[in-house]
Amino acid sequence: MLDIRGSRKFPFFLIVFLGPAAICYTLFMIYPLAESLILSFFSVQPDNSYVFSGFANFVKLFTDSDTAPRFWGALKNNVLFFIIHMLVQNPIGLLLASLLVTKGKARGFYRTVLFMPTVLSVVIIGFIWQLILNPLWGVAESMMRAVGLGKLFQPWLGLPQYALPAVALISVWQFIGIPMILFYTALIGIPDELIEAAVVDGCTEMQAFWQIKFPLILPTIGIVSILTFVCNFNAFDLIYTMKGAFAGPAYSTDIMGTLFYRTFFGQQLQLGNPTMGATVATMMFLIILTGVLIYMFLFQRRVKTYQL
Amino acid sequence: MMKRRASRASRDLARQRFRGLLQHIILVFFSLIALFPILLILMNSFKLKKYIFAAPFALPNVKTFSLIGYDTVLQRSNLIVNFGNSIIVTVASLFLILLFGSMAAFALSGYKFRGNAFLGFYLSIGIMIPIRLGTVSLLKLMASLELVNTLTGLILIYIAQGLPLTIFILTSFMSQIPDELKDAGRIDGASEYRIYALVLPLVRPALGAIGIFTMIPIWNDLWFPLIVAPSAKTATITLGVQQFLGQYVSDWNAVLSALVLAMVPVLLLYLIFSRQMIRSVTAGAIKA
Repeated sequence: MLDIRGSRKFPFFLIVFLGPAAICYTLFMIYPLAESLILSFFSVQPDNSYVFSGFANFVKLFTDSDTAPRFWGALKNNVLFFIIHMLVQNPIGLLLASLLVTKGKARGFYRTVLFMPTVLSVVIIGFIWQLILNPLWGVAESMMRAVGLGKLFQPWLGLPQYALPAVALISVWQFIGIPMILFYTALIGIPDELIEAAVVDGCTEMQAFWQIKFPLILPTIGIVSILTFVCNFNAFDLIYTMKGAFAGPAYSTDIMGTLFYRTFFGQQLQLGNPTMGATVATMMFLIILTGVLIYMFLFQRRVKTYQL
Repeated sequence: MMKRRASRASRDLARQRFRGLLQHIILVFFSLIALFPILLILMNSFKLKKYIFAAPFALPNVKTFSLIGYDTVLQRSNLIVNFGNSIIVTVASLFLILLFGSMAAFALSGYKFRGNAFLGFYLSIGIMIPIRLGTVSLLKLMASLELVNTLTGLILIYIAQGLPLTIFILTSFMSQIPDELKDAGRIDGASEYRIYALVLPLVRPALGAIGIFTMIPIWNDLWFPLIVAPSAKTATITLGVQQFLGQYVSDWNAVLSALVLAMVPVLLLYLIFSRQMIRSVTAGAIKA
């Protein structure tokens, strides 16, 4: 590394190297993020001017009889959305990864196929599943009938109590490839000798997995969890595609992303409100920041403890 | 004694075979779940409407074959324009992300200067905080720059979105390049710009990996095209398909064909580059 701290003025070539990235990033990422946070403390006047209003927007978001049920509902749904991902997507991803590391032909094929839905756009995935679950087409129903579960079929996407789990599972279906590949890479990195030695010492394979491999992939579990968290609390496309901005039926699939969109732009009779939109965005920011900080405290330390 | 050992060995073998079989069954099961919806749409997009409903699980044959859906899509939709827009936006963003990102990473990894650590931290904030949260003022900014409904606006946003991770990863790759190499260049009288050009090819694998995993979210993004560039002239393929599907929701042939047309380019690219793509996910996550 070339030490140029001593030189009297900042060298020109460094400005050339750093300038474009720093300007673009500051102008189109940091500035809008910061201004959005600030805007949440302002309110729009009828003449379109902004006036400082302290925490009024937040108070309104949390307590107003119109907005509060939407906010708490979206937050609750979003938490459920995240829990479903953590309980279904990540364990299955780990299971698939641990099957993929065993040697054998066709592993590459499985990996390619299992990862395929992940590269498609959420819009395509959303529509495909909407068609499959559509009672009009009856594909899902006739498949369930074929295995004797026909009676269990319901138009899940249209029922308030089932719509959110259904949408969450579709999202799981799409993104399962990401935890799978991350776990796969982590598992591949564990030297075979370590497991062999344990087996020679009388360890069963199950014990070897839980007592040796699992602690070693804890850092990856942390990464997968925080990625899931950030993506889930930032999700929008799938719900918007399948259920529209109103996240129906009866707001049962409404999450923070759709609430943000609706609040900012307004829909039908409800007028859009940029500062209330910024307030929702600020809440999302705080939620995501909390998640990231928890991750850093919990996992950054462990990484060191378990490093080989 | 010998006998017992032999029987135990054969039992172990049987157990191992059983376990291998079980593994295959699980993998086949999940592969089918992953593939089936895609194949179902592909198959039915080539059938007459009557048969889409009468026999959804059958392959198209002479009697049921029809291209009417594709006809509708090509005549009624803007998908060709959308596709072009997506290519322009993705390629331009990608090129500039890699150029600006590698330049910044080169400076951060190659020189000790005042503020280096701070700048590195500042540029990495955006890795975890989604740019979407700044949408309200981003739209205001775009309006004041007169970049609403332009591809330029989208490209600038995607550059800002892609830079933090790119810089973070490239900095760690570039700091592994031995100083002697750069010093040798300097002794030969090469300028710092020339040395950047010297270093760049050495991190080509990292550039490739970053390129792939920044490309997919840009191509698939719905949020910013919807908010910043929703006009018919600037809609990207993801937005175009979304709008077309919403409009033609009851025309099953058209819907299925539009889905296939939107899927095929991405899937082809994926099948060609799947190895690199999958590997790039790893490279992208190691940062976190």
